Amino acid sequence: MQLELANISKKVGATHWLYELNLQPVPGAVTVLLGATQAGKTSLMRIMAGLDTPTHGRVSVDGADVTGMPVRERNVAMVYQQFINYPSLKVADNIASPLKLRGQANIDQRVKELAAKLHIEAFLERYPAELSGGQQQRVALARALAKAAPLMLLDEPLVNLDYKLREELREELTQLFASGDSTVIYATTEPSEALLLGGYTAVMDAGQLLQYGPTAQVFHEPCSLRVARAFSDPPMNLLAAKSRGNSIQLQSGQTLPLGVPQQTSADLTVGVRAISLRVNERPGDLPLAGQVELAEISGSDTFVHLSTAVGELVAQLSGVHFFELGSPLTLYLSAAQAYVFDNKGDLLLAPTRQGGDTQVVRRAAPKNDLAPSGGRPSTHGRGAH
Amino acid sequence: MARIDLDLAHAYRPNPQQDSDYALLPLKMSFDDGGAYALLGPSGCGKTTMLNIMSGLLVPSQGSVKFDGKDVTNASPQARNIAQVFQFPVIYDTMTVAENLAFPLRNRKVPQAQIKARVGIIAEMLEMSGQLNQRAANLSADAKQKISLGRGLVRPDVAAVLFDEPLTVIDPHLKWQLRRKLKQIHHELKLTLIYVTHDQVEALTFADQVVVMTRGRAVQVGSAEALFERPAHTFVGNFIGSPGMNFLVAQASQGQIEIAGQVMLLAHGQDLPDGELKLGIRPEYIRLRTQPSAGSLGAQVTQVQDIGTYVLVSAQLAGQKLKARLSPEQARPQVGDEVWLEVLSRHTCFYKSEELVA
Repeated sequence: MQLELANISKKVGATHWLYELNLQPVPGAVTVLLGATQAGKTSLMRIMAGLDTPTHGRVSVDGADVTGMPVRERNVAMVYQQFINYPSLKVADNIASPLKLRGQANIDQRVKELAAKLHIEAFLERYPAELSGGQQQRVALARALAKAAPLMLLDEPLVNLDYKLREELREELTQLFASGDSTVIYATTEPSEALLLGGYTAVMDAGQLLQYGPTAQVFHEPCSLRVARAFSDPPMNLLAAKSRGNSIQLQSGQTLPLGVPQQTSADLTVGVRAISLRVNERPGDLPLAGQVELAEISGSDTFVHLSTAVGELVAQLSGVHFFELGSPLTLYLSAAQAYVFDNKGDLLLAPTRQGGDTQVVRRAAPKNDLAPSGGRPSTHGRGAH
Repeated sequence: MARIDLDLAHAYRPNPQQDSDYALLPLKMSFDDGGAYALLGPSGCGKTTMLNIMSGLLVPSQGSVKFDGKDVTNASPQARNIAQVFQFPVIYDTMTVAENLAFPLRNRKVPQAQIKARVGIIAEMLEMSGQLNQRAANLSADAKQKISLGRGLVRPDVAAVLFDEPLTVIDPHLKWQLRRKLKQIHHELKLTLIYVTHDQVEALTFADQVVVMTRGRAVQVGSAEALFERPAHTFVGNFIGSPGMNFLVAQASQGQIEIAGQVMLLAHGQDLPDGELKLGIRPEYIRLRTQPSAGSLGAQVTQVQDIGTYVLVSAQLAGQKLKARLSPEQARPQVGDEVWLEVLSRHTCFYKSEELVA
């Protein structure tokens, strides 16, 4: 199904919950709504579901206007952060409930299939309260899938689960979504979750839709500083810099051999993802010396915080590494891996993608071209920089 | 500050008969004075039970808790002189930030001048010096939680500070800063800190020693490096790291190892017990080869994901699955490609009955 949000905005009292936006989620695929809390993800989902009406704008499904249509008249399945099930019904009856409503045949058979998909076959005769949080959320997911709705909305469905369970369930969900039967909208605050889900990502911040496109593309080519910030964990390293014709000069006086278009401002911001800073030097690298403030360890990675002449930096190193607090360390950066933003926060240069496109240097295209469907809100610039 | 010794078990029901009746299986463990510890495991693993036993909120059904050698098994939290920080902010909305921070000291009749000095130090560490005279009521959730952390840390004479998932309510972008604060604070204050979490980053970053727990059992106590490089139990291998360690069912005999019909020679001098084993190798340590090489297995690529900072390759060999993490600079294979995955190296671990044997 093709859901289309045209010139949607939501104002409550004097507060803008959503600034005017356009979004056409790709049918049969996952669209991730990525943003911090209060970014407007839930407000947008409620409008998609028909739980709220927008202050302005039009919601349509396959071309038909559904703007004022209440949720019960739409065919939408929803899963929330909280594990919501019918407490007085056994798991089997919970999953069967949407099937019964539809008067479907072979309900038992269908319930068993869905339970098998979500690995809860063993609990069909139990009540939700007798299950762990992860199992309860699996029941809620099975019920949502049972509805076989063309639109499925998931609002941070894994946030209340342990991270290993989250990892497991996320992988299973990705496989279930891959069938392409439903258009899936999935809200999350975590950049890594968006990347693992793949599909398409709509980046939101402070009630604005900033960019929409294939997830990996949005990650690698954020159209603005705000998108780069929202889509980087750890945060992208941001260095104040000046344009010097064929090079860019950092506050330390060091230069990067990168040229930016002439009409752009002299004041620039160089963005460097944590993964692009290394402890091993390669020819042509820019050295950034400093003191270790902290090494954070995730298991798979170590995140080293360094205080330097160009500001505080974070580097992501694979595996477990130890650094004494306060010890000297030099990180190395290749200019080819730097992002450059202008003084309005718009992207000027992005690194070349491996195995992706072949362009050496990508200039920021007109704003709407970077957002295949949707695009940027009409009121922008707030808080960019 | 105190050294804490546990020699106990806990069951919430009387007369435990089997392992599953225990919330905490019999264990012996010591927490050194001034150390930073984390209790890490999924929900239901027993970590909160262990914390509550240390704090005095729960009396173990058998055994004892000692603080500096003194039996405190039946002593209340107040009598144990511990500070606690919970998941959600516990503060007084009507008080200012300074009054909130001072509260535990005032309660213990600490002289005014000392209170002022200590509150100043803690506020400085938490970067709240500018907000000391502000009412707590209107602060954001994370500022309130910072006050809760500050209140936990404000008394210099506590036996230990116990944290129960203190960063749950904090926005991911701010968690970074608070983790770092906690680590710095531990280095500066040298308090005994015990931190319960299901989040591996928090545990591994914060603690010098991490206690990994599952089903009421502490399966490994070790540094972040030990847990990553040499997981003592397959549970640890899977739980630490994202994605976790790969495990392949293998048969060992006379210096050879067979996996899914493919035979590899073990490195010289490597000794393994014959019979069924699991080979454990982390996704970070698998090398992708286009030609067969020593210690590598033929496999078929089933998925290639661009995870932004790296590329995750999923592959299978005769029904066994494994994942390899490649640097974005490496050439990436295509789905369906036949590749060689090098699984034998100094990073390879072997498990028998889920326990590390080599």
